[in-house]
Amino acid sequence: MTSESALATTLSINDRQVDVDVARNTPLLWVLRDHLNMTGTKFGCGAGLCGACTVHVDGEPVRSCIIPVSAVGSRKITTIEAISSSKVGAAVQIAWDKIDVPQCGYCQSGQVMAATALLTRMPSPTDADIDTAMSGNICRCGTYARIRAAIHDAADGLKG
Amino acid sequence: MNVILKHTTRRQFLKASAAAGGGLLVGLYLPGRDFAAEHKVAVTNAWVRIAPDNTITLICHRNEMGQDVFTSLALLVAEELSVDVTKMRIEQAPVEAVYANALLGGAQITGGSTSIRDAWTKLREAGATARVLLVTTAANRWKVPVAECTAKDGSVIHPSGKRLSYGELAEAAAKLPVPKTVELKKRADFTQIGKQRHRLDSPAKARGQTIFGLDVVQPGMVHASLQQCPVLGGKVAGVDDSKARAINGVIAVVNIGEGVAVVADHYWTAKTAREALDISWDYGPAAALTTERIYTTLKDGANSDGAVAKQAGDDVAVMKTATRKLSAVYESQLLAHGALEPMNCLALVSDKGCDIWTSTQYPQGAQAVAAARSGVEPANVRIWSQFVGGGFGRRLDVDVIGQAAAIAKAVPGRPVKLIWTREDDIRNDFYRPASYHTLAGGLDAEGNLVAFDCKMASSSITNRLFPGAVKDGLDGFMTEGLVNFTYGIPNMKLRVVIQEYGLRSGYWRSVSHALNAFAIECFMDELAHLAGKDPIAFRLPLLDKLPRQKAVLERVAQESGWGNPLPAGTARGLAMMESYETHQALVAEVRKTSEGLKLERLIYVVDPGIAVHPDQVIAQIQSGAVSGLINTLRSKITLKDGRIQQSNFNDFPLLRMNQMPEIKIVLLESGDKPGGMGETGVPLVAPAIANAVFSLTGKRVRSLPLSDSKIEFV
Repeated sequence: MTSESALATTLSINDRQVDVDVARNTPLLWVLRDHLNMTGTKFGCGAGLCGACTVHVDGEPVRSCIIPVSAVGSRKITTIEAISSSKVGAAVQIAWDKIDVPQCGYCQSGQVMAATALLTRMPSPTDADIDTAMSGNICRCGTYARIRAAIHDAADGLKG
Repeated sequence: MNVILKHTTRRQFLKASAAAGGGLLVGLYLPGRDFAAEHKVAVTNAWVRIAPDNTITLICHRNEMGQDVFTSLALLVAEELSVDVTKMRIEQAPVEAVYANALLGGAQITGGSTSIRDAWTKLREAGATARVLLVTTAANRWKVPVAECTAKDGSVIHPSGKRLSYGELAEAAAKLPVPKTVELKKRADFTQIGKQRHRLDSPAKARGQTIFGLDVVQPGMVHASLQQCPVLGGKVAGVDDSKARAINGVIAVVNIGEGVAVVADHYWTAKTAREALDISWDYGPAAALTTERIYTTLKDGANSDGAVAKQAGDDVAVMKTATRKLSAVYESQLLAHGALEPMNCLALVSDKGCDIWTSTQYPQGAQAVAAARSGVEPANVRIWSQFVGGGFGRRLDVDVIGQAAAIAKAVPGRPVKLIWTREDDIRNDFYRPASYHTLAGGLDAEGNLVAFDCKMASSSITNRLFPGAVKDGLDGFMTEGLVNFTYGIPNMKLRVVIQEYGLRSGYWRSVSHALNAFAIECFMDELAHLAGKDPIAFRLPLLDKLPRQKAVLERVAQESGWGNPLPAGTARGLAMMESYETHQALVAEVRKTSEGLKLERLIYVVDPGIAVHPDQVIAQIQSGAVSGLINTLRSKITLKDGRIQQSNFNDFPLLRMNQMPEIKIVLLESGDKPGGMGETGVPLVAPAIANAVFSLTGKRVRSLPLSDSKIEFV
């Protein structure tokens, strides 16, 4: 690629400094999946519509399929591979296990990342809060009732 | 029982053979073949592998797409083998004849809600036979009577304190002759089947550790992006790939007939370069196809007599003399599948043959198409099935696997991962068929239903995917809901007309159960209204021959408070059917609010016969309900100038968290074997909601999605 379209940079991913050399308009999703073999973050739509690609950038949930890597800069990226290191992430996953949320499981990385961001920001979400925070994450298998129950369960667990 | 594709009933035998490297294999094989000789004691032609270190593996012969086959099939083996299912390993089976699905024509295929029904006896027998051989081996070694030995938690024990693990016994057990029959546990003695358990694959899925087809990485892997014809069925006429080839990282450009693929070092490069291709197309005959044309074709087709799926009495004569008559037309829309993992396949053509890593429901079909398009003999095509990120019937079609094989053939020695974009996925689907139903009903003076005629015109998927399986115009996947029609109406005729309309069709979760249930259950509601009768009271007398169906209907009345007055602005609607040997009834509640119509609640009563994994039976109904809502509310596929007009989840919407009604599910297990669950939750959603809408607003909707009739829920 030409020097204008290439980006050789260092990304902060899961508290590690990672060097990449990619086309600058490569979405962060594909840098993670394709260049770094971090396949926990999923590709579902490529248009920010399904949420399967959700990662955290400085703790905020973002759709990595529509963020070009050139826009990330030095901000901290957190992916599903590391979210269990956070107290909230670990609690979410334990609740997910308890309730057997996943079916096919393809959307669940994104669901867990979105749920963790919600509970970090809002330790006692109402059902309306959950609707707002989670409706960007599609589950084609329809595990929504269990996702909701697991978020409430994780919230209770974090308080106790 | 819906045996969709006829097969010859064959006696099957259990045979033990020593696995390579030691251990016991137990598998079923068809008479006339000697597995040990044919496969040189190959480990994977069986279900149960016991290693010397006592690792017990289920070789799972169906594809896990969320419907819980991994854990449920393991439960069948674990129960009889007396091992804790949570200690078992699960491996995906390769393509082998022994893994035939007896309910789907003997193919190695996952679908039709058949996995548990097909495996119910044979996998328990596999577990029981292994147990008997292990116990006998221990008894022989200890020189004690077999009756004094017990298999428990992966070991054989004797009251004297002797104990040997299965792993220690396996190699010797493999040498024993297999018993001709084996006794299975009584249901009352089950300790794992039917008990609350966790899914074995859940924790990995919550941690992003599960490997789906799209996640597989192979050394030296390259990526492909494929531009297919915007009109389905079209072909490449010419291509200028100069701009594509100029992009750094592009390895090859491959014309595979239905499209042109760019192969590159990375996915984004391949996709970018594919967009730089300048392709001229031979659009083919579908270039003028429109949605309107499709429905006109179906409507014309509905004039044909069709083939009779079920009949009784003389509906024509009795209809003539009926006191009151009604007729109606019902239509269902085209749908895309929208599984969240877009279609993809990793293919390697090398001097070792062809290796395919993919998410599929049809490994045997994958092997055949990969062989055909790579030129490699089927015996040298290996299918490495991965976890499936949603099947819903889309992954019964193996088109993407053939494409990947064709592309890989052009770059031999390099594993090529073909990934479709979401737009590719929506626009190159095998669509849930559109359907056109004509119905007529006649009531006597007392308002009893005495004559009934139903004719369904739609496309035959089976003619395309399984040529020769349809006999005398009766496609077993079109007659679902007709051949197993539950109402004992004294004069009736239920027919199907196979009418193609120029757009390829595919199996979509619950297939024709949904199409037929919408038409029939809504029309039954119309007839009840005409008779001045309550919809449940109208149906009950017609269910005398089906006590299990009657029971779910009576129970759903109870659970929904049917007959009790509702608060103003609230209404209920009902639908019921038998599907996949599971009986079910559904009540939907809708409410008028100041913001608009609200879908409050779905109340299911389901009799699954036996629930092997009860929590996951509930999960499958929850899941089927969401597929049913997608079918009902807003989603549809339309065509203009031969092109699919939808492209992504903005214009082909899937259900989201904030659109979910409350769902209550009651299980009523009253059978002696499990019924199918994977698709059961789907078909009653549309008619129950449409009937509730009628009850609330007086507006009768006879087509889907409801939004086309301006029925929208807030």
